[in-house]
Amino acid sequence: MTPPLLDIRSVTRRFGGLVAVNDVSLTVGRGEIVGLIGPNGAGKSTLFGLIAGALAPTSGTILFEGQDVSRLPAPERCRRGIGRTFQVVKSFDSMSVVDNVIVGSLVRHRHLAEARAKAYEVLDFAGLAGRAGAAAGDLTPPEKRRLEVARALATEPKLLLLDEVMTGLTPTEAQKGVELVRRVRETGVTVLMVEHVMEIVMPLVDRAFVMHLGRELAPGSPKEVAAAQGVIAAYLGERRRAA
Amino acid sequence: MSIVATVPPPARAEAAAFLRRRRLELAGAALVAALVACLPLVVRDVYTQNVIILTLLYAALSQSWNILGGYCGQISLGHALYFGIGAYATSLLYTKAGILPWFGMAAGGIVAAAVALALGYQLFRLAGHYFTIATIVLAEAGLLLANNWDYAGAATGIQWPYGPDSWATLQFARNKVPYIWFALGLVAITWLVTWLIENSRWGYWWRAVKDNADAAESLGVMIFRSKMAAAAISAFFTAAGGGFYAAFVSYIDPESTMNFSFSLLMALPAVLGGIGTLWGPALGAAILIPLTELTRSFLGGGGKGIDLIVYGALIMAIALARPEGLISLFRRVRAPHG
Repeated sequence: MTPPLLDIRSVTRRFGGLVAVNDVSLTVGRGEIVGLIGPNGAGKSTLFGLIAGALAPTSGTILFEGQDVSRLPAPERCRRGIGRTFQVVKSFDSMSVVDNVIVGSLVRHRHLAEARAKAYEVLDFAGLAGRAGAAAGDLTPPEKRRLEVARALATEPKLLLLDEVMTGLTPTEAQKGVELVRRVRETGVTVLMVEHVMEIVMPLVDRAFVMHLGRELAPGSPKEVAAAQGVIAAYLGERRRAA
Repeated sequence: MSIVATVPPPARAEAAAFLRRRRLELAGAALVAALVACLPLVVRDVYTQNVIILTLLYAALSQSWNILGGYCGQISLGHALYFGIGAYATSLLYTKAGILPWFGMAAGGIVAAAVALALGYQLFRLAGHYFTIATIVLAEAGLLLANNWDYAGAATGIQWPYGPDSWATLQFARNKVPYIWFALGLVAITWLVTWLIENSRWGYWWRAVKDNADAAESLGVMIFRSKMAAAAISAFFTAAGGGFYAAFVSYIDPESTMNFSFSLLMALPAVLGGIGTLWGPALGAAILIPLTELTRSFLGGGGKGIDLIVYGALIMAIALARPEGLISLFRRVRAPHG
């Protein structure tokens, strides 16, 4: 039996006295779209950092394709097939849009001409082809979100970590974002996404993983999760009920 | 506001346009180089020739500095150290062992690159301003060492022996024109290296490191290695420039090669002209160095302070008016297509 794509085993990360991620275990299978949800400060972005290698876990292990990657530096994890976006957009603002994406595609293509061709292909996929020559710093916020996704896709990941890519988008833009994520999955990429906007996440994901105060709160299908009493309490307080 | 392009990307056309632009840059550089090479036909005045040589030297030095400071974003204010290493290596090898300055420059470059790697191994753990401060301190330490290095003449320095004019020894006491061509060659090489790097993996990695190290890392960029490579290449060519300077003036001492002002003079043309750009350092040097020489000759013998005031005023004016450097005046406004 092939191991799951991502296998997080009781991972903990402390920042001084604060336990940001507390004994979290999570597996993500190939081809899934898994939603990682939870209120602010739940530890979602920290968990992303641990998976992508920006942070090292205090304890626990992270297996990617069955291999322990917990101590590998971020660039090596990218090479193995973990791509990510950032909650706060981190574009290379002095470079053009296509050059931003080329930085990503250079991981798989040593020759610049190939990397450039790949970058155009990804930009087309992400719906940014028309902006290829623009300076990244001149993009609108929704375009920048798209660029983040395109850049990560250019590294040809097996697992794509999306950190609140829909935040701040208008409903129409968000709908386009949802379509983009679906198309990403159709290309065979597994997606783990942090999202706040429930109306967006729930129809999109196969499975949701809810975190609260660094711990797992409720696993299950979107419906089960949305109905779970703890989730409603964590998000909305005790008295209200989810619609 | 159309985010989604309705037309499929004219990727091939864009790629062709890109290659055209690259070739145009190369042709433009060849043209500029040819014009500068012909300058001695017009300029007979030795003083002006001297200014041209210094301008070219600083263009080459600043182009080298720009590789680390401009492209990779690691602002060094200690490049006088590498300049000094080049000047000393070339002078020592020539005066003590008779090794021609051509080889001396290469040797100095290799030593400087090795020193840059050794220092970088420690320094690149520091971020931003701390890195810059550390480079200043290390260059000052180098100056102190040179001042107390008896074998290399300590504070009195090294005098090159007089000899006949020759390309082998790079000694041209009577006619300065060959120095113009040699310095032009240095500029051409550093420009070409930068041009090649711009469209290489390293070039992309360096700019990514400069713009956002976290994002770069997540895209597979090895940050530490990128910085080390930039530092080594930058130091190599800075030292080669130092070696040329030693051959040009035929006399070096610690203060005239490793003073802090050299570190500044390598950074300023790039900052003035356009940091992290292909043409910025040359443009900056072409304005700054003649200006320095002019103020120095017109504002009196003690004008050292005054030309520094002029730098300061100029940098402030440009920082306010053109934060991206003078090169941005020439940049065509690219219309967003699609």
